[in-house]
Amino acid sequence: MTEKLLQVDDLTCRFDGVTAIADLSFDVSVGEIKAVIGPNGAGKSTLFNVIAGVTRASSGQVRFDGERIDHLPTFRRARRGIARTFQNLQIFREMSVLENVMVGRHTHGAAGLMQAIIHGPALQAEEHAIVAAAMDLLNRFGLAGKADVQAGTLSFGQLKMLELARALASEPRLLLLDEPVAGLPRAEADQMGEIISGLNREGMTVLLVEHNMRMVMSLSHDILVLNNGYRIAEGTADEVRRNREVLAAYLGEAEDA
Amino acid sequence: MVSASPVSGTHVAPSAARESLRMQPRSRFAIWRSSDHVRLVLIWLALLAVPFIAPNAYVVSLANLALINLILIASLNLLMGFGGQISLGQAGFFGLGAYASGVLNVKWGVSAWLGLPAAALIAGVAAFVIGLPTLRLRGHYLSMATLGWNAILVVFFNQFVSLTGGPNGLLGVKPFAFFGIALDTEQRAFPVVWLASLLIMLAILNLLHSRIGRALRAVATNELGADAIGIDSFGIKLMCFTVSAALAGIAGSLYVHVNQYASPDTFGISISILLIVMVALGGSGTYWGPCLGALIYTAVPQLLLNYEDAELMLFGLGMLVVLIVFPGGLAGVPDALRRRFASWRHP
Repeated sequence: MTEKLLQVDDLTCRFDGVTAIADLSFDVSVGEIKAVIGPNGAGKSTLFNVIAGVTRASSGQVRFDGERIDHLPTFRRARRGIARTFQNLQIFREMSVLENVMVGRHTHGAAGLMQAIIHGPALQAEEHAIVAAAMDLLNRFGLAGKADVQAGTLSFGQLKMLELARALASEPRLLLLDEPVAGLPRAEADQMGEIISGLNREGMTVLLVEHNMRMVMSLSHDILVLNNGYRIAEGTADEVRRNREVLAAYLGEAEDA
Repeated sequence: MVSASPVSGTHVAPSAARESLRMQPRSRFAIWRSSDHVRLVLIWLALLAVPFIAPNAYVVSLANLALINLILIASLNLLMGFGGQISLGQAGFFGLGAYASGVLNVKWGVSAWLGLPAAALIAGVAAFVIGLPTLRLRGHYLSMATLGWNAILVVFFNQFVSLTGGPNGLLGVKPFAFFGIALDTEQRAFPVVWLASLLIMLAILNLLHSRIGRALRAVATNELGADAIGIDSFGIKLMCFTVSAALAGIAGSLYVHVNQYASPDTFGISISILLIVMVALGGSGTYWGPCLGALIYTAVPQLLLNYEDAELMLFGLGMLVVLIVFPGGLAGVPDALRRRFASWRHP
């Protein structure tokens, strides 16, 4: 459990004089669930965007599996094995539920333009494999019955599940979850929590941002606490809970919310 | 390295998974897909009767024109409806294909059969070069660039008289020939246009139901989401724009060899805009929409031969009405009616 999958070193991110992340270093080990928490404006979203490649850092390094990825565009990082979900959902609403997950397997296909046009046996075999894998995932997430439905018609909870299924379709090595249970009623939030810990038991490494403290405390092996872009604590749930600085800066307000 | 393999199916007994696959959407998916293929082939088989039942050559010429227009509108629909990019220069690529194939034939005696792929290549390469800088940027850069491109082409077609024949048009283009027989009548040209349109419609259908087609639609709907699952949005858009222009180039080559003539007015910016209107009228982003668009685009001017100005007004009015009442275009009408009927039965 000591192999580092993601390494962030001396990361700083400034926008127009505002420092969103200041000199941040941390690791995510293979097989762990790490949570990033902090009050609004702490830099959590910026951190996610920097790791995923949506935002460029001002300085510092991001390594995935030992190799630097900070110069790579988002899609190349995804191809290396970093999949993510979004806080405000980025679903292909006009495509069917099944197609959403099929698109998630994009990087596992090899057929090019000419093969697509001719639709030969090789492409058909590949298509069948993609459909089978996508249906497997939909079964797991209880969405198989909705496979042919337009994704935009699903409920919010189902869309959260669908987005996770789509992310998993690429068979990633690191899963970035941006507020996976935000806005979900308690029962669905618990279901999502079980899915995440189930994936982790199968070996998935997870980095998540979440405001739901109950979820964070029960799921995470390790918690990183940010405030104003600075790391103020890192440790297990118990350690973080006892940390004075954290209590002062964050937990006091968050548990009222 | 622990391998997490969420799609291996270990959570469901494999046989059960396969069973549910067979019972559920998988089979429906396959049937739905093949039904478009079947429909396409059936319609084109029926179209084969046109030269035999048409009362005169004029009607066959309209069928030829409609099928060429179909390729043109379908090429724009691929870019606009499925790829989410707007080209204001599709008529320019159409013209580039026509003049490339026509000039090659008139000046250097290159046969129409070689001119056809050459037209596709030249239009495709032009689109690639235009797309390379503009598709990287978000916003309306492609629309602006293609608008300028079309304007430049029209000037070129008009001014480069020694090559293009200028405003008088390009004369003396040879028709397709088949084993020494010139396909110089409308009836003889029909099989060429028929086959080309069938193959292109088939290619588009296949493309849409492939990994690349899904990626294309994904990029058009949500680029952020597409990037996050490893799709090279820029690469996909560039490929789509290139293919779209190459298809328009093929339409141009067919046009010039069937009509044995090309004139700059056929390829102006106003035509590009009309093509966009036809994509929207037929149903942008629907597979069958361009068929309806091509029918309207070909038939309406014939019905209004004596009222040239009425044509534009009618197209404009028609587009407003259709898009207000049926935002999905004419191809979406049956679905819209079914929904309305269903809600009326079960309020």
